[in-house]
Amino acid sequence: MTDIFRAEGLGKTYPGVRANDDISFAVAAGEIHALLGENGAGKSTLVKMIYGLVRPDEGRMIFAGHPHAPADPRAARAAGVAMVFQHFSLFDALTVAENIALGMENPPPRAELSRRIAELSQGYGLPLNPARRIATLSAGERQRVEILRCLLQNPRLLIMDEPTSVLTPQEAEILFATLRQLAERGTAILYISHKLEEIRSHCDRATILRHGKVVGTVDPRAHSAPELAAMMVGAEMRVIDRSGRNPGAMVLAVAGLSTPAGRSEGVALKDVALRLHAGEILGIGGVAGNGQEELLSALSGEIATAPGTVMLESADLSALPPEARRRAGLLSAPEDRLGHAAVPEFSLTENTLLTAGSRQNLIRRGLIDHAAARNFAQSVIRAFDVRTPGPGTAAGALSGGNLQKFVIGREVLGNPRVLVVNQPTWGVDAGAAAAIRQALLDLAAQGAGVIVISQDLDELLELSDRFCALNEGRLSAPRPTEGLSVAEIGLMLGGAHGMEVAHVPA
Amino acid sequence: MFRLEPRASAPLLWQVATPVLAVIATMIAGGILFAALGFDPVAAIRTIFWDPLFGPAASYSRPQLLVKAGPLILIACGLALGFRAGIWNIGAEGQYIIGAICGAAVALAAYPADAFWIFPAMILAGALGGWAWGMIPAVLRNWFGASEILVSLMLVYVAQKIAAWMAFGPMKNPEGFNFPGSRNLQQYEPASNPELIAGTGLHWGVIVAGIALLVTWFVMSRHVLGFHIRTAGAAPRAARFAGVRPERLVALCLGVSGALAGLAGLFEVAGPAGQITESFGSGYGFTAIIVAFLGRLHPLGILLAGLLMALTYIGGELAQLMLQLPAATVQVFQGMLLFFLLGFDVLTRYRIRRRHA
Repeated sequence: MTDIFRAEGLGKTYPGVRANDDISFAVAAGEIHALLGENGAGKSTLVKMIYGLVRPDEGRMIFAGHPHAPADPRAARAAGVAMVFQHFSLFDALTVAENIALGMENPPPRAELSRRIAELSQGYGLPLNPARRIATLSAGERQRVEILRCLLQNPRLLIMDEPTSVLTPQEAEILFATLRQLAERGTAILYISHKLEEIRSHCDRATILRHGKVVGTVDPRAHSAPELAAMMVGAEMRVIDRSGRNPGAMVLAVAGLSTPAGRSEGVALKDVALRLHAGEILGIGGVAGNGQEELLSALSGEIATAPGTVMLESADLSALPPEARRRAGLLSAPEDRLGHAAVPEFSLTENTLLTAGSRQNLIRRGLIDHAAARNFAQSVIRAFDVRTPGPGTAAGALSGGNLQKFVIGREVLGNPRVLVVNQPTWGVDAGAAAAIRQALLDLAAQGAGVIVISQDLDELLELSDRFCALNEGRLSAPRPTEGLSVAEIGLMLGGAHGMEVAHVPA
Repeated sequence: MFRLEPRASAPLLWQVATPVLAVIATMIAGGILFAALGFDPVAAIRTIFWDPLFGPAASYSRPQLLVKAGPLILIACGLALGFRAGIWNIGAEGQYIIGAICGAAVALAAYPADAFWIFPAMILAGALGGWAWGMIPAVLRNWFGASEILVSLMLVYVAQKIAAWMAFGPMKNPEGFNFPGSRNLQQYEPASNPELIAGTGLHWGVIVAGIALLVTWFVMSRHVLGFHIRTAGAAPRAARFAGVRPERLVALCLGVSGALAGLAGLFEVAGPAGQITESFGSGYGFTAIIVAFLGRLHPLGILLAGLLMALTYIGGELAQLMLQLPAATVQVFQGMLLFFLLGFDVLTRYRIRRRHA
């Protein structure tokens, strides 16, 4: 195999952070090469340098035998580097072909482009109708648009940033089949992911980063997932302890919960019902965008619902605002850390005031006790090993994993009767994810009811006693997690979206 | 070439330094402007910024500082609350005019009675009038999603028309020889807002402005309401999650800033202005927007910015008188100040880096 891309001694320093330090590694033509590392390990900085979004301070890159120093993404694309981002940049109101044309330097005539899209998508087993509007596509189909957009440039190196985080298991399989096909035709693929099993079964080599440095390049098939994780975090992973849980009395009963159809792209909840017992973890799976945010908002109190729909230990909370629900013992942690669960510009101390004001006695008769808030922030930082200079640091300056530990810790230390979390470990490194999951398990062991809404099936299988799926605003009947297979779960999630071959006009 | 690189956090030094830099840049640009108009730039700048405080006629102009700064600070305090929450009341000028009309209406209705309650009732009416005028954009935004920026701004022109109507119609002084304008409240003692200590310019409005500064400081730094306001401005979804009801915040911020602007109008009509005239609004409501931003929406900053803007008013008048500078000078100056402030603000959020080729 010949190296298509090589990095030699790459370095990048941001104010206060050494993001990349002496990074050297190589990607061969026709291989799927994983880039593995905790959040804040320097993966994004590295691929941004390859894609021309960031310039390295030191070192050099060689791509296809030539020095590679792209001034901007356009130059990188011209050289043959393409990238699929974790967050899609598509216009909902436009069609697939229109979106792809918008991203091209010299788009061919529309009919010609549609023909090429149809050709490529069929060739790679990515069924997609160029005339469909983005708004009608599932997350998996949207990702296909992004991939096709890249493939139209005939890239020699394709960078994929956590591509499976939005996919159902079946959709992920389709993606891997496509990537394998691409690799066989000689395209190199640089694949960023946290999911160790995925990397072990689908990647040829893996380069592991830790604290901005290369730990090593290994054959992922030759190592177990815990071994890979240990290389990432530099220590043995904590083993999840599930023991000591026995469901008790019912703490939360939701019945007939519906929300009005969202004003914009949101999905309305339709007659959702669930029962949660003390000491139990209920896992709610499903691809994001199927009512997950709405469910959390309806439980947190951001959306008021009809009387009798949300009952906490026989008290009707349906009409109560968020603060009153917290006083009653119903706590929650939304998915979006920056701007919903926390305010990026505020210090950690101020961020405790968002939800812990009354439960921790930080706000008394409207007056803020800043010293108490600082102490509480400090205890969250200590108890959850949040890596930060101190409680005065702005939330936005923390890495994703550390901020998430803070957000979850803030609620867990609030000693809730019921805690609802949405995507608790999304975009969080393995070490932090393990700590967060353990905290949720401990909370349940102490007798609280916990609802975990997540797209990560491994996480749900690991944590939950019962599992149900949220699909297009409808919640399936719960099933005991014990003995549930991934295939069965896939079916509960509604199978792969749009797996049937699209009807492409000839 | 140079390029801008975002900073991790806005350093305090730059937050304090940019208003100062903006003032200096305004002086330089103003000086160039005056030179281009054929005036001596040094003399003009000195007349505007130095002479009102320390010049030969300072004993006349110095009390004016508090007279002008009082309403600016009072209005800016209310505006700062809303601006922090991302609620943009641009129509303080209208609320100021309506507050003055409502307060004056109480006085004119009571005339010529002599009772202790007249002035307190006027204060109440002034605040209520400003509050009601501020609630119009609040209600339209909450019910129909109308932009409070446009509605509050357009209501300024409605308020100006009402002031003209009052001056020519219902409030016209019956003993005023048919001149437009109401009775002069300075000459009606139970309703007047006099200079409390001779030679200082101190009147009740200045005292209320001081109280407003303290209350604003307390609310923004110590009270959960201030926390909610700041949260709503920084991250609206987080505010909702914390339990803030956006509609209530809109009503509160527009109502309070309206009431404070109304109070400023009332103290003005009962004191320095004396009467409702066709052109009662003198731009304080708009200048207060500059004061709020120049003061970084912080009470201490608002105090300093209010005094500075008052200085440009007085100095501008002095420059008209002494140097025959055009009347628009003050407005140009104030506009430049805001312009430079917003320009230099880039430095607090970005650092300038030299782009290496």
